[in-house]
Amino acid sequence: MAIDISQFYQVFFEETKEHLQQIEQLLLKLNLAQPDFEHLNAIFRAAHSIKGGSATFGFNDITSVTHVLESLLDKLRKKEIALQSAMIDVFLQAADVLNIQLNSHIKGTPADSNIADAIVGQLLALSNDEHLINPKSIIKNNNDIDDGFGFFTEEKAIVDDGFGLFEPVQETDKAIVHKIISELVAEPVAENRHMDRRTDSRRESERTTESSSIRVDVAKVDQLINLVGELVITKAMLLQGLSHAPEALLQALSSNMAQLERHTRDLQEVVMSVRMMPISNLFSRFPRLVRDLASTLKKDVELITIGEDTELDKGLIEKIADPLTHLIRNSLDHGIELPKARKAAGKPEKGRVTLSAMHQAGGILIEVTDDGAGLNQALIINKAMKSGIAIPSKVTDENLWDIICTPGFTTADSITDISGRGVGMDVVNRNISDLGGQVNVTTVAGKGCKISIRLPLTLAILDGMTVALGDNLFVIPLGVIVETQAAQQENIKGISNEGAMIRVRDEYLPIIAMHKALNIQSKFTEITQGMLVIVEAHGKKAALLFDSLVGQQQVVIKSLEANFRKINGISGATILGDGTVALIIDAPTIIKLGQAMANNDQTIAKQAKQ
Amino acid sequence: MQENIYKNQILTQKNANLSAGEYLTFTLGGEVYGIEILKVQEIRSYEPATKIANTPDFIKGVINLRGSIVPIVDLRMRFNLSSVEYNDFTVVIVLNLNKRIVGIVVDSVSDVLALSDAQISPVPDLVASIDTKYLLGLATIEQQMLILLNIEHLMTSQEMALVEAASDFTDK
Repeated sequence: MAIDISQFYQVFFEETKEHLQQIEQLLLKLNLAQPDFEHLNAIFRAAHSIKGGSATFGFNDITSVTHVLESLLDKLRKKEIALQSAMIDVFLQAADVLNIQLNSHIKGTPADSNIADAIVGQLLALSNDEHLINPKSIIKNNNDIDDGFGFFTEEKAIVDDGFGLFEPVQETDKAIVHKIISELVAEPVAENRHMDRRTDSRRESERTTESSSIRVDVAKVDQLINLVGELVITKAMLLQGLSHAPEALLQALSSNMAQLERHTRDLQEVVMSVRMMPISNLFSRFPRLVRDLASTLKKDVELITIGEDTELDKGLIEKIADPLTHLIRNSLDHGIELPKARKAAGKPEKGRVTLSAMHQAGGILIEVTDDGAGLNQALIINKAMKSGIAIPSKVTDENLWDIICTPGFTTADSITDISGRGVGMDVVNRNISDLGGQVNVTTVAGKGCKISIRLPLTLAILDGMTVALGDNLFVIPLGVIVETQAAQQENIKGISNEGAMIRVRDEYLPIIAMHKALNIQSKFTEITQGMLVIVEAHGKKAALLFDSLVGQQQVVIKSLEANFRKINGISGATILGDGTVALIIDAPTIIKLGQAMANNDQTIAKQAKQ
Repeated sequence: MQENIYKNQILTQKNANLSAGEYLTFTLGGEVYGIEILKVQEIRSYEPATKIANTPDFIKGVINLRGSIVPIVDLRMRFNLSSVEYNDFTVVIVLNLNKRIVGIVVDSVSDVLALSDAQISPVPDLVASIDTKYLLGLATIEQQMLILLNIEHLMTSQEMALVEAASDFTDK
């Protein structure tokens, strides 16, 4: 029976993607003057793996490109030719071409062979370029001798072998050789040997981490998380059921139950951690972006990333990629000035964008900092007034951010392909608040700008407050809750229960009667019997009126849309300890709903008057 | 697998009016209805669902079906039957319609019947509460009329408000 090779395609695609990503990262790390030998080797290995895989599966276009790429890399790592910045550019292009080819194979559409031919031509031109023959390649040969002569006496070996080999070398090179030889002599050979061993052991350890991880379909991990969630619920139900059991039985089972409890908790933690990935997966795509963008904009920019090891949910990583890309593009386009302007302002010509991630207060904090011009307050206010956006008398950083995030707002006079369409920041803000995150901005004119994004660690679990309304329980994400208080008559302003306001710390907030918004029979009859949960979302606050608070708990978020549809005011559902479903309140849309209800009430009142 | 898909395609192409196959029959009020057995995932007893605000009455809410959130529709309310009560015999037929899971509440489940083309007749235009476009046909089994529902069309129709708008299958 013939083996269907196509079943392995997916693995090849995934591996190749990773290899390409690795190649790109390493290329960007390469130091032109002193390329790290290890990095060159790693790039070579990755290219070689792609070549081998593609040849096995018959993706010949990929094989032909990687073959040329590999031979050039081989010359580089053997130090036959010197690394040049033009090469890195071509290598990066080659990686792009490979990516295009890979994607076309994934989709099953033929790739444009012209681009492949073009890049092969460029690579061949580089590897055949006589001018690039590395004068330093001699150093390598010399090292080889160094390794070989263990049992000779040092002086003799160097003198004899060295000059025997380098007969055709020109005078200048001879000088170099002399210099190197003298350096080598000064340096104990043992030291070199030791270094070699160290690299070997490092390679060994890399290999072990590779073999101890396995590739798993994300759907399987999600299924695992789902099942553990079920297990936790079943355990809770079991506990609840046992509370009615006879005393004797209860005692007999108590230690077993405690053990079950501990095991399920451990299991849940471990399973959750499976979905966690270091943020370096995301950060690693930005050096390329910055490099390309900086050269398009003719700016000199370096990107510094901090805290790449910070782990967060895979789903989150994918979802913050776009917002972060927007922010970095903006920093480069609007933040960092042209080298001349920077010099004039007394700053180093090279601009700096820092991307950092860290855990903070049970969440994750991602910051994009640039040392550019900062937000141009005058320009922003000017543009905002022109486009009819309301501006407070005293403008704070938050106000500026709100203005920037207004849909359609842009300070750019012309639309470029980098920015200026006025959709960017609006999308950033919305995406992040959809993930349950918050954005903060601090800016100092002429010094730079810092945008901080605070996100929950995972999308699968939510810290929530359970509240009761009628016979139903709802969950409000803790992140949006400012405070809760019993509704007290003296704080409530308004003629009737309709459109009432509550005074909280010198602020009047609208009260949204949840039993009306959700069309549920409430237990309370008067506002004062209810409980107010004050929430804040998208800069707006409101007091939501419920029957009572039940408690605070972590809930596993389930999608309503998988089998049903999106419900206004509800962001999802969760399963409570007794197996019933509770809905999760979506604060931003509830606040909007409340406003619409109030407006509606007003129109009805007006109509009644007329 | 491939064959099945092919077969289904032929069935739909032949026009939804005549479709031989196995049907699960259930009662709503005094009438007996049938739905294609292949659409049925499981049958379970009725349990109260979590009500969802601002949805039609016939959407009873959502339940937890082994970790997924599944909407429950009371077909009796949807078809405006006079008596809607929930007792020990009230059952929920859990349907799997193109990977979307939905439960329908019916009075009781009766049988699984294999019907041939000859046993199924086209629908006259007079069933009041259900639009004829949601019917596959009628069959007579032991002097009783069996109404064959095109459950997939019915459940994904806009008036059911079960799915996001713009997925109405109806052919005008």
